[in-house]
Amino acid sequence: MRIKKVRLGGISVPLISIFLGLVVGAIIMLLSGFNPLINYLNLFSGALGTPNAIGEVFRSATPLILTALGFSIANSAGFFNVGLSGQALAGWLASVWFALAFPHLPGFILLPGSIIMGALAGAFWSGIAGFLRAYFGTSEVITTIMLNYISLYGTNAIVKGVLTSSDADSTPLVPIQARLRTPFLEKLTGNSTFHWGIVISFFMVFVIWWLMKKTTLGFEIRSVGMNEDAARYAGMSTKKTIISSMLLSGALAGLGGAMEGLGNFQNIFVNTSLPDIGFDGMSVSLLATGNPIGIIFSALLFGILKIGGLNISISSNTPSEIVNIVIASVIFFVGANYIIQYLISKMKISHKSAKLISNSTKGGHK
Amino acid sequence: MDLMTILSTVVSTTLIYSAPLIFTSIGGSFSEHSGIVNVGLEGIMVIGAFSSIVFSLFMSKTFGWITPWIGLFVGGIIGTLFSLIHAVATINWRTDHIISGTVLNLMAPALGIYLTKLIFDGKGQTGFISQPLASSKIPFLSKIPIIGKIFFENTSIVAYIGILVSIFSWWLLKYTRFGLRLRSVGEHPEAADSVGISVYFYRYCGVLISGFLGGIGGAIMAESITLNFSGTTIAGQGFMSLAAMIFGKWNPIGAMGAAVFFGFAQSLAIIGKYIPIIAKIPNYWFTIAPYLITIIVLVAFVGKSQAPAADGSTFVKSK
Repeated sequence: MRIKKVRLGGISVPLISIFLGLVVGAIIMLLSGFNPLINYLNLFSGALGTPNAIGEVFRSATPLILTALGFSIANSAGFFNVGLSGQALAGWLASVWFALAFPHLPGFILLPGSIIMGALAGAFWSGIAGFLRAYFGTSEVITTIMLNYISLYGTNAIVKGVLTSSDADSTPLVPIQARLRTPFLEKLTGNSTFHWGIVISFFMVFVIWWLMKKTTLGFEIRSVGMNEDAARYAGMSTKKTIISSMLLSGALAGLGGAMEGLGNFQNIFVNTSLPDIGFDGMSVSLLATGNPIGIIFSALLFGILKIGGLNISISSNTPSEIVNIVIASVIFFVGANYIIQYLISKMKISHKSAKLISNSTKGGHK
Repeated sequence: MDLMTILSTVVSTTLIYSAPLIFTSIGGSFSEHSGIVNVGLEGIMVIGAFSSIVFSLFMSKTFGWITPWIGLFVGGIIGTLFSLIHAVATINWRTDHIISGTVLNLMAPALGIYLTKLIFDGKGQTGFISQPLASSKIPFLSKIPIIGKIFFENTSIVAYIGILVSIFSWWLLKYTRFGLRLRSVGEHPEAADSVGISVYFYRYCGVLISGFLGGIGGAIMAESITLNFSGTTIAGQGFMSLAAMIFGKWNPIGAMGAAVFFGFAQSLAIIGKYIPIIAKIPNYWFTIAPYLITIIVLVAFVGKSQAPAADGSTFVKSK
């Protein structure tokens, strides 16, 4: 028997995975001589203790919600978009470029314009992979990985050669009317980098939920993801669906990048490696099992871990990388959901139904 | 620079930069021939680089000049252990291969830097090693006129070993009992299972070999190019090796050829400014070239039917 796709579903697997991930982190901290309980307490108080920290948590969740939505759309169509970070970088570059190019436009044109440019750039970048997949059957995993690095080095060349004079490593800040951070929000959250992007993220969660559940396009995307041949026999254009799902996915990643460009950093600089929001967004989406509402909670959890992780290394010698170890472990357990469900069924249900679940290809979940 | 110096510099930098890719991409082809997609090569390289550098920093006084060579072996062993995570997850626990590979890529830098900070009092990167994997000349061969000077003087011995390993791996996969069984498991696991071949055993072999060779690849990268370990020691080489393997159509010798070509593209970025004809081309084109060429080659020549037939699927033995 061969299994090609493992479907994720239900809320018990993510919760158990988070718990097990924290346990792995605790074991590693114990082995290296740190107190896991105190560290985890510091983590949560560091992330939720002050208005500033809460602002930072929301700020770091903002782009993750968007990249995670992007990942989940491509994933529903059966594609693995590993190129989120490259697409986000393209969106980041385009939004900042547009804002810097037209500094005299009024805010109500410049800000939406920059955001839309970010989305378009991300869509263009993933569209290449979608087009090649639809017409040449080229594996999107490989093309998006390659496009990631082209995006990284291309963006750096543009930042150094075009956007800055005299070979500088970072651009000036975008004009005030194009910024998502405002004095009001800074005052509200004790000078954090919290910005209006969170509204865009929440709005997009609603839009994507509506698109996937209530529109023909959403239905077609899900059909192609479940069975490409069946969708074609039913008269759907699989090529069109493949390309539109990749375009949407990239547009969301590009929006995530624009949040970094117009909100968090307010400029763009030479990156030594691909931005984290790509792979983190993928992890957020996997943890949320692709559910748009789940993505909000999962992105906030990542924000808490990332921001709280900084507090761990301030209040003790524990390196803050422990947080990334926890995140990697959580995703490991999400991926290995079959074994978790198998063990749960072994523990609580009778022997017979356990056998039933172990034989089912979908890991026994509806 | 005269032509001779330019040629020998191009050849030696090409070999130095391709050596890590050669080993890792051969590793990738073992894993994929057994049916397990391994996008975790990047993470395996990170762990290999980390362990070889730590070994070298602590043991170079004891072992002297032989340290870097033992370091490669250490990188390979730790890489094998690390790839065990991928093997268990994909072969036994039915995890999606790409999710599991991504976990390796997330876990390796986190673990590497965490341990670096523990070992070196909170510093995010290690010191530099005193016994690097230096370039040297190959005896006898370097005496050949002209060719000897270009190819075998002041060169990367480990790259030549990589080329030999690729030929050996091709032979192993194509003609030996082990290789045929390993490939049968990746092409049609049910058929292999029905004639009594253990699908699980050969898939473990494939993944662990990729861990060993990937670990060596990471160790070469750290011991001959960056000379220390930090978060940016391995920056995309694992993914590039994956591309080399696909470029080489899953054949170890093809993968090696592609790896040498990528090494050549990278070396042009470094020494391009000394070569008159191409000195005017901006540097970033050379950095982008390997990735761009991979996409073009993939679209133009490879198509989708080249991968082992059961690559990326999980086999469950029927009871």
